[in-house]
Amino acid sequence: MPAVSKGDGMRGLAVFISDIRNCKSKEAEIKRINKELANIRSKFKGDKALDGYSKKKYVCKLLFIFLLGHDIDFGHMEAVNLLSSNKYTEKQIGYLFISVLVNSNSELIRLINNAIKNDLASRNPTFMCLALHCIANVGSREMGEAFAADIPRILVAGDSMDSVKQSAALCLLRLYKASPDLVPMGEWTARVVHLLNDQHMGVVTAAVSLITCLCKKNPDDFKTCVSLAVSRLSRIVSSASTDLQDYTYYFVPAPWLSVKLLRLLQCYPPPEDAAVKGRLVECLETVLNKAQEPPKSKKVQHSNAKNAILFETISLIIHYDSEPNLLVRACNQLGQFLQHRETNLRYLALESMCTLASSEFSHEAVKTHIDTVINALKTERDVSVRQRAADLLYAMCDRSNAKQIVSEMLRYLETADYAIREEIVLKVAILAEKYAVDYSWYVDTILNLIRIAGDYVSEEVWYRVLQIVTNRDDVQGYAAKTVFEALQAPACHENMVKVGGYILGEFGNLIAGDPRSSPPVQFSLLHSKFHLCSVATRALLLSTYIKFINLFPETKATIQGVLRAGSQLRNADVELQQRAVEYLTLSSVASTDVLATVLEEMPPFPERESSILAKLKRKKGPGAGSALDDSRRDPSSHDINGGVEPTPSTVSTPSPSADLLGLRAAPPPAAPPAPSGAGNLLVDVFSDSPATQPGLGPSPEEAFLSELEPPAPESPMALLADPAPAADPGPEDIGPPIPEADELLNKFVCRNNGVLFENQLLQIGVKSEFRQNLGRMYLFYGNKTSVQFQNFSPTVVHPGDLQTQLAVQTKRVASQVDGGAQVQQVLNIECLRDFLTPPLLSVRFRYGGAPQSLTLKLPVTINKFFQPTEMAAQDFFQRWKQLSLPQQEAQKIFKANHPMDAEVTKAKLLGFGSALLDNVDPNPENFVGAGIIQTKALQVGCLLRLEPNAQAQMYRLTLRTSKEPVSRHLCELLAQQF
Amino acid sequence: MMQFMLLFSRQGKLRLQKWYVPLSDKEKKKITRELVQTVLARKPKMCSFLEWRDLKIVYKRYASLYFCCAIEDQDNELITLEIIHRYVELLDKYFGSVCELDIIFNFEKAYFILDEFLLGGEVQETSKKNVLKAIEQADLLQEDSKPRSARLQNCMKS
Repeated sequence: MPAVSKGDGMRGLAVFISDIRNCKSKEAEIKRINKELANIRSKFKGDKALDGYSKKKYVCKLLFIFLLGHDIDFGHMEAVNLLSSNKYTEKQIGYLFISVLVNSNSELIRLINNAIKNDLASRNPTFMCLALHCIANVGSREMGEAFAADIPRILVAGDSMDSVKQSAALCLLRLYKASPDLVPMGEWTARVVHLLNDQHMGVVTAAVSLITCLCKKNPDDFKTCVSLAVSRLSRIVSSASTDLQDYTYYFVPAPWLSVKLLRLLQCYPPPEDAAVKGRLVECLETVLNKAQEPPKSKKVQHSNAKNAILFETISLIIHYDSEPNLLVRACNQLGQFLQHRETNLRYLALESMCTLASSEFSHEAVKTHIDTVINALKTERDVSVRQRAADLLYAMCDRSNAKQIVSEMLRYLETADYAIREEIVLKVAILAEKYAVDYSWYVDTILNLIRIAGDYVSEEVWYRVLQIVTNRDDVQGYAAKTVFEALQAPACHENMVKVGGYILGEFGNLIAGDPRSSPPVQFSLLHSKFHLCSVATRALLLSTYIKFINLFPETKATIQGVLRAGSQLRNADVELQQRAVEYLTLSSVASTDVLATVLEEMPPFPERESSILAKLKRKKGPGAGSALDDSRRDPSSHDINGGVEPTPSTVSTPSPSADLLGLRAAPPPAAPPAPSGAGNLLVDVFSDSPATQPGLGPSPEEAFLSELEPPAPESPMALLADPAPAADPGPEDIGPPIPEADELLNKFVCRNNGVLFENQLLQIGVKSEFRQNLGRMYLFYGNKTSVQFQNFSPTVVHPGDLQTQLAVQTKRVASQVDGGAQVQQVLNIECLRDFLTPPLLSVRFRYGGAPQSLTLKLPVTINKFFQPTEMAAQDFFQRWKQLSLPQQEAQKIFKANHPMDAEVTKAKLLGFGSALLDNVDPNPENFVGAGIIQTKALQVGCLLRLEPNAQAQMYRLTLRTSKEPVSRHLCELLAQQF
Repeated sequence: MMQFMLLFSRQGKLRLQKWYVPLSDKEKKKITRELVQTVLARKPKMCSFLEWRDLKIVYKRYASLYFCCAIEDQDNELITLEIIHRYVELLDKYFGSVCELDIIFNFEKAYFILDEFLLGGEVQETSKKNVLKAIEQADLLQEDSKPRSARLQNCMKS
């Protein structure tokens, strides 16, 4: 096989290289090299002056030795000498040596710079290019200082050869990147932009790179490049495949230049000039059209070059994010590539689609490819392609497909490459939280994660599930049941023990009623894992045990026995020993009350950025977050699962409890005195809240604290979606009530106190009293953030005729609400006559500069002005008969929405306002009530009868009043309560 | 911008290295070791791109040689694949049916050709004709005083 030595061959070098290749061992090679080094050294040090050729040959040998990976500590001076040779090949080798073995020896640098300076001034284009290549290859600050000012001049000089301009452009680029401060901007910049018009394609190719870099820092100085780039691109894109001769590559005209021009355009927003923009859109469309044409060659180079331009075009379309039509076309094109036989194209299509998924215009289009992407995750043989597929699934995930995507990712996790398991775990955990509609699904998902890939579940992930379970009492019972079941597995991951231990310690009581998970069973299950666990987990379990003593006094003796064992009390680990000693003493010294206080359920965790998301961002670098938490593609959901909502009152958020393992020394000052204790949690909070009985409940102040209830599961958070105009609104331009307003209102029909509304920013609490036709309402606005609300203005509006029916006097509140603070507003209400619609409460404020607005229905309904009336059966029936006109009666038959519990029903009826009359109805199962609605203008007598049918789970409700609309209205209000 | 280009054989021997970012020799060796290992471990049908640190690696195998480029996040993978191909074409045209040995014995020429094609990590000149013209011109500039060595007998031995 012939190896041609072109140009000036150096026989000695070739022999040396052959020798090295023939060396049988590393030692032999080193020996041969040392021999050569000694030889060269003696030649360089010899008395006889070496001729240029020998010098070149030895310098080249040194270079070869260096490139083999050996250190070279001499020969630099000989190389520098070569620079000033006027023989081209000697000079060339000299420059090559300098470029590869830069040395910051200052004296040498001066000599090198001197040689470069001479060559730059030589007006010999070949020498000039060599010098410029050397500067570009070294790119050191010293060289920048010496030449940064000269090179722009060479670049734009009228008499510079094309090849010199090309080298000068890229040389300048390198210096600018290394030390931008050294490159003076000036008059030359305008002329550089005009190089885009140069007739030499090579000059344009080099200049575009320089301009792309310069314009990033000085966009205004270079903005004329946009129209020039567009017209250049348009000429290329529309040229026939052979027009550009040597710049055509496998029938694709100037692919490198096209890609560079498209990159340059991505430095700017879409062109403002309509003509330019039109021309550009035409170009982009042409590229998309060409992708559909049959290939002009079967060679992979042809399709690669063509697709390189296509992908860059799609990047530009995504960058503009303003042409829905192009975005969707881009998406369809990528969709075709998803099933292409070329692995490279599938990879790039998945990658590109990730960015498309974050555009609101193409998010839906991307979602249509979900099955293909899932299939890629399952079947691609190349891990890097599978990784892209997982990324894309993550990016395209939203509420509509979250369950499918999460379950596919979980399935993939079982066989996923170890290198990417942790990342998949984080992604699953984030998606499960972000798009959880019901939190039991979330809990299942995380427990599955631990089961499948326990080793890869980081602390952040299992901390998070505990935070969420602690903060959401609608899922606590389920979580307890599920971890209990998961712990039954003979070999379960230690992370499962941690989660299980914590959850049972907090909420084990919720499943203790079932004999299969009675307290002793729970304890022995946990304790069976104890000895296999690490110190940290055992410490956590000890805390669980002491909590059990509080939750289940019957386990006290067993647990004290465990704590008292020598292996605990004298444990070599200080933490374990301390816990055992302290818990043992606490359990024997403290009274039940003290124990109950100290070991009370953990308060909700304060909201902050999901630590998992933060971790993923760290893992993926700063850019990763943008696509991950981009909310714009799912505008309706952006707040709902932004984080866990602490369910009970957070107006006075308890201090953050960062130490998940530790016990709180004292109960948080504002925590409710265990309203959530015992089995209540699993039952709908509203339906059995005896505290709603007027007069029976605690005093108003306490009631406010103890009755706060969790937001409805379909949490009302999306409500701030529509920012109001910044101007202070008149009452006429308040927005329509939020969609959940009716539902929120319903919660207050039978009760006067509670949380009216809550989202991530704001919580509104209500406390109210009514007497006769008068009422007083306290509204508490709590700022849940750490940022001050500005221009805070809550106003009450009377739509329609309400003005004449109800008078509401409001006191102004301070227009600023500090972070974490609460303001109170007092409303005085007078009912003038019967009314059907409640007044509206409009709350506006600015949060972090963004206007927020919210309209709710104020919980003032006609039944609030009920005055209960006691009467005997005889009177009742007499009046009932008097109100026998058809329009005076309203009746509804409806299905029970809540368990049919007589006590709860009684409480609700009392809360509704009427008196309950015993021994009136011959059927003791039925309820009968009576009352008078007090308004200023008139009084309306009301009688009601509620007949439950436990078998059919139905009710029949009948209302008779002296006023037809009132009957209907009361009937509707009350029917929704059961 | 391309950050570096490495040429290595199937045996993992580095044949050419071009760095467009300043790195210490130690770092260069570490990167080389790591990438040679990673790329050689990949199977033939796998895709030509992979993520590595915060860079994208684009590689392609020609006969016994791997050409491997590291580009930045926003750079275009496919066009980089064709940069590799165009470089191979340039070598091929210059040496005439290029083989690994040509690059071993004439490594300096391989560097010169690369400098004409890519400079500072960016494409400088894509025309085959123009790149080779620059190199041929340089060859013509050489002095005639030295005898041209013909074929290298030693090559046969490899």
